Amino acid sequence: MQTSGIQSRSVRLIATTRQYALGRRTGRILLYLLVISLAAMFFLPFFWTITTSLKRVDELYRFPPPIFPEYPQFQNYLRVFEKVPFALFLRNSGIVATFATIGTVTSTTLVAYGFARRRFPGRQTLFLVVLSTMMLPDEVTIIPKFILFRDLGWLDTFYPLIVPDYFAVGAFYIFLMRQFLMTVPRDFDEAAVMDGAGSLRILWSVLLPMIQPAVITVAILSILNHWNDFFHPLIFLNTRENFTVSIGLRYFTKAAGMGADQGETREHLLMAASLMAAAPMIVLFFLAQRYFVQGIVMSGLKG
Amino acid sequence: MSVQATARTPSRRWSRAAFREALGGYLFISPWVIGFIVFSIGPMLFSLYFSFTKYNIVSWPPEWVGLDNWTYALSGKDRLFYHSIVTTGKFAALVVPLGVLTSLALAVLLNRGIAGVTFFRMIFFLPSLTPIAAIAILWLWLLHPELGPINYAISLIGVKGPRWLSDQVWVIPSMAIIGIWASAGGSRMIIFLAGLQGVPQEMYDAASIDGAGPLQRLWHITLPMISPVIFFNTVLGVIGAFRVFALAFVATDGGPAFASWFYLLNLYQNMRDLRMGYASMLAWVFFLIVLVFTYVQFRMAVRWVYYAGETGK
Repeated sequence: MQTSGIQSRSVRLIATTRQYALGRRTGRILLYLLVISLAAMFFLPFFWTITTSLKRVDELYRFPPPIFPEYPQFQNYLRVFEKVPFALFLRNSGIVATFATIGTVTSTTLVAYGFARRRFPGRQTLFLVVLSTMMLPDEVTIIPKFILFRDLGWLDTFYPLIVPDYFAVGAFYIFLMRQFLMTVPRDFDEAAVMDGAGSLRILWSVLLPMIQPAVITVAILSILNHWNDFFHPLIFLNTRENFTVSIGLRYFTKAAGMGADQGETREHLLMAASLMAAAPMIVLFFLAQRYFVQGIVMSGLKG
Repeated sequence: MSVQATARTPSRRWSRAAFREALGGYLFISPWVIGFIVFSIGPMLFSLYFSFTKYNIVSWPPEWVGLDNWTYALSGKDRLFYHSIVTTGKFAALVVPLGVLTSLALAVLLNRGIAGVTFFRMIFFLPSLTPIAAIAILWLWLLHPELGPINYAISLIGVKGPRWLSDQVWVIPSMAIIGIWASAGGSRMIIFLAGLQGVPQEMYDAASIDGAGPLQRLWHITLPMISPVIFFNTVLGVIGAFRVFALAFVATDGGPAFASWFYLLNLYQNMRDLRMGYASMLAWVFFLIVLVFTYVQFRMAVRWVYYAGETGK
């Protein structure tokens, strides 16, 4: 490249920067307008849910629908707990999500460590098999699993929703953890070996702190998946007292009106229940989103 | 590492250290191996066997019926079989391209160094933090033909809104709208953001110097550079779309008149009715459909996905 070329380039650069200054400002304003209106579109359904959850029944039937309730009915939230055992649903989901996530984090860490740090025949092939199970929808294997859990006497218990997680069934989690472990230089392991640390010791006290964003990301995704899971609880749980929030909500829409209060409008209560079902996950994500985003950004899922 | 390898190769025997390392490796991955056998490959083989039987889960062993289940479905005698594939296909055809595009657009916008990224990201992420059953309940109300705010807004411009989820024609587009809203701002968007942040700034700088505008940079730099991420998200998006279940199960029960009778609803119904052999066949067909679509996408990817390492340094 000759000097003249560079010169003419920089001249053009200066010219275009000046030209940009004006165009850029309107560009920025347009950008913000666009982002804000998109955010509004994403948030409006929640906004409507919140206001509906605070309305009186007669306000639900008014047309045009009032945006805000005349007097916010906060007791609607309490009435959800009277209509259905909602506290129990929340507790059940909490138990399932907690214990399944403990299993997911421990088992995927161990497995990812094996794939990232140990050399053994068939490692590449087995890892490809791990990745390919990402493409295998859970629903495909549901019937034999149903029969297996029936034979174990586990139907209508939380075991079918928890136990598989202790066997690293989430391929994406293994992938994520392995990607992270690969970014940690082996020097750290070797230094620890010098100090006489065993593999588990290295994993626990040297590697785990260094891959914290990955651990948190996996934990959050796992909690989220179990909390929001609909298909598995629907298949494996039967009695109302064992329902998780997801199928508890459906129960509320269908069966809860069959008694004395049949035909009663409860849209406002359903909205309140839906918000309460989502609230724990929103709080959790809000608290951990920094690590979560970092975890995915650093996983190497880049261009 | 290379020293060890060369030392090992000529003797063709394992050194003690290598043997121990391999053993440790198998030990570490053993939870996955067990899980894979018990919860993936084992059930796959069992359901293949069941698919050739009539099995009501009470009487063991299942009654062998050969290809009956397969021919009953594939010949079209089960009218709901092809119908459920078509409904699911329609839903996927809407939700995958529009959903992936929306996620990408959101990520590109958020990646432009705007103030309050964390806030906006949180807003876009909210729907994917919400249980799908709650989403169904919420949208049933939003799209309520008479009392919903959406049809009220439409009525303001003098048009009568459709009956959305209770209309045979509108139910699939309605679900596609809900599906896009529910997933566009979720981890798919975050993965796109990660991809965008991996594009080297120098490439943009160089392009700007050459006078490339924002759209040109998007088309000639951003999109090719993140094409592997687009591919990854599309493959997972297709699988996710095929798996649509809870939305229809809660919002419409597959109706009206089976208009949203998705594939997994069909499978679930057969399970419910204890036709486990037939349902196993459906599960296998589902697996094969997913497999074919994934394979086709991998084949097509050769033409449009650009891997930075392949063409040069």
